[in-house]
Amino acid sequence: MTAIVTAPPPPSDVNKRSLPGSILVHALLIGGSLLMLYPLLWMLSASVRPENEIFTSTSIFPSSIDFSSYLRGWVGLDVSFGRFFWNSLVISVLTVIGNVIACSLAAFAFARLRFAGRNFWFAIMLGTLMIPYHVTLIPQYVLFLNLGWVNTILPLVVPKFLASDAFFIFLMVQFFRGIPRELDEAAMMDGCSAWRIYWKIMLPLSLPVLATAAIFSFIWTWDDFFGPLIYLNDMNTYTIQLGLRTFVDSTSASDWGGLFAMSTLTLVPVFFFFLFFQRLLIEGIATTGMKR
Amino acid sequence: MNNAMRTMPAEAATVERYQGVVADSRFKRLWNANAPGYLFLLPWLLGFFGLTLGPALISLYLSFTDFDMLRSPGWVGAANYVRIATADPKFASAMSVTLTYVALSVPFKLAFALMVALALNRGVRGLPIYRAIFYLPSLLGASVAIAVLWRQLFAGDGLVNAALAQFGIQGPSWISHPSYSIYTLVALSVWQFGSPMIIFLAGLRQIPQDMYEAASLDGASKFRQFYKITLPLLTPVIFFNAVVQTIDAFKAFTPAFIISGGTGGPINSTLFYTLYLYQEAFGNFRMGYASALAWILVIIIAIFTAFSFLSSRYWVHYDD
Repeated sequence: MTAIVTAPPPPSDVNKRSLPGSILVHALLIGGSLLMLYPLLWMLSASVRPENEIFTSTSIFPSSIDFSSYLRGWVGLDVSFGRFFWNSLVISVLTVIGNVIACSLAAFAFARLRFAGRNFWFAIMLGTLMIPYHVTLIPQYVLFLNLGWVNTILPLVVPKFLASDAFFIFLMVQFFRGIPRELDEAAMMDGCSAWRIYWKIMLPLSLPVLATAAIFSFIWTWDDFFGPLIYLNDMNTYTIQLGLRTFVDSTSASDWGGLFAMSTLTLVPVFFFFLFFQRLLIEGIATTGMKR
Repeated sequence: MNNAMRTMPAEAATVERYQGVVADSRFKRLWNANAPGYLFLLPWLLGFFGLTLGPALISLYLSFTDFDMLRSPGWVGAANYVRIATADPKFASAMSVTLTYVALSVPFKLAFALMVALALNRGVRGLPIYRAIFYLPSLLGASVAIAVLWRQLFAGDGLVNAALAQFGIQGPSWISHPSYSIYTLVALSVWQFGSPMIIFLAGLRQIPQDMYEAASLDGASKFRQFYKITLPLLTPVIFFNAVVQTIDAFKAFTPAFIISGGTGGPINSTLFYTLYLYQEAFGNFRMGYASALAWILVIIIAIFTAFSFLSSRYWVHYDD
């Protein structure tokens, strides 16, 4: 599954292709694109159009634009959305740090160091990718409950510092193996310690894969619903996903504009990463076959 | 033999010291060879034993108990598993809802992903833009916001019915109708075909162009080229996507939770397996029973994966 995405597209035999065929393909692709984007654009316009228009119009162009829904939604619950955003940001940033540190340490050992039992542990690590997390869910919950960590961010963050997202280990091992071995062997000859090789050679050369892991970590954590749902019960500790769900339950059929305004806001950070790091995301998926 | 007896004390001491050095350096060598690797692995090893292997074994034990978080777990033997298999109508409906979801969402998702990938692979202009647009829902799709949006699109007075009304069709209330609710979730999953599409595109790039050129010279039609070259060479990628997407579909949770308000309703029509597990564990605190449900899920996924790999020998074409 190692594809080079940046390779030029296969040469199009334009001379052999009929013009009508090309037009047809483009028409289908444009139609498909519009269909794909329509729900998203509709949500965006629902967040800025007058409340009475939300259910009467199928158009994505609002008759008039006003941002009052955002102001209403922001303070629509007992705790403001600012708090939820802050909580989500803290958890996501800490997760990124934990994943990048712990997974790169493990990946370096698997990719570059020779030690007894390496292949055995590597196989185990790949095995953990297969196991649904539901199997460890309940004992983990009991453990964190006994530690007094429920209602804090610790159960969501600490495991990441123990490389619990093994997928990123796999991603980094793939990348590290592509870095010429001569570099670290030369450094070894010069008496460099493993730590120095990791710190001075591997990490600086692996910025693309570290960035990919960081971005995916951030997005997945930002969107995570199940973890916070289980561990955070106090509204002051809610992430935006929990805040949004509470908003749905509390405003059913009252403040739709506010609901769509807040929904749109929760997607903004993900959209930002999409806009600026699209190539990294697409390469990450193409080379490892990620599911999202 | 006698030589040893005749050695001078000083020499003996040297020999002893020398052997000591050997033993010492053997340990040192072992240490030097293995310590760095294990030190680098330490965080992962701690996580593996403390958060994966340990808890997994404990949940296996709990699945044979009546643990409820209040009293200490009492051994009930296989009673949980027996009840799941014979006397739990909710398990049966959760299983059938989940299997329906898997059976519908995965093939459609892969079919769309493959069709769009093939269209994009013709070397169309603006490929990066199209690819980005088709990938976007896949990236945003896991969030609560999208589930909220979906709930609204398919509501009785939602966008889908408003669109149908323009053609004079009176649509049902999709999400609150037990016959249709699951299809809204299938549609949401299919809408997110972006990731498998990207993987298909990467796979298509791997197919050598000269194969097509040779086939063209031999007068093979486009369709025949697709059927005889593209499809066989793409089977490993199709297989990979099918396995990953299926495992993922078995574990789906958030959309069903949001769309049904956590109930899995109407009439259990959106009661995904993981949603039922969540209700048992964190709604009713039947932790022992939920542990058994979790292990059943593992077994089902394992059986499915094993079957896929066994069947792959007959239809997946690997280059040797």
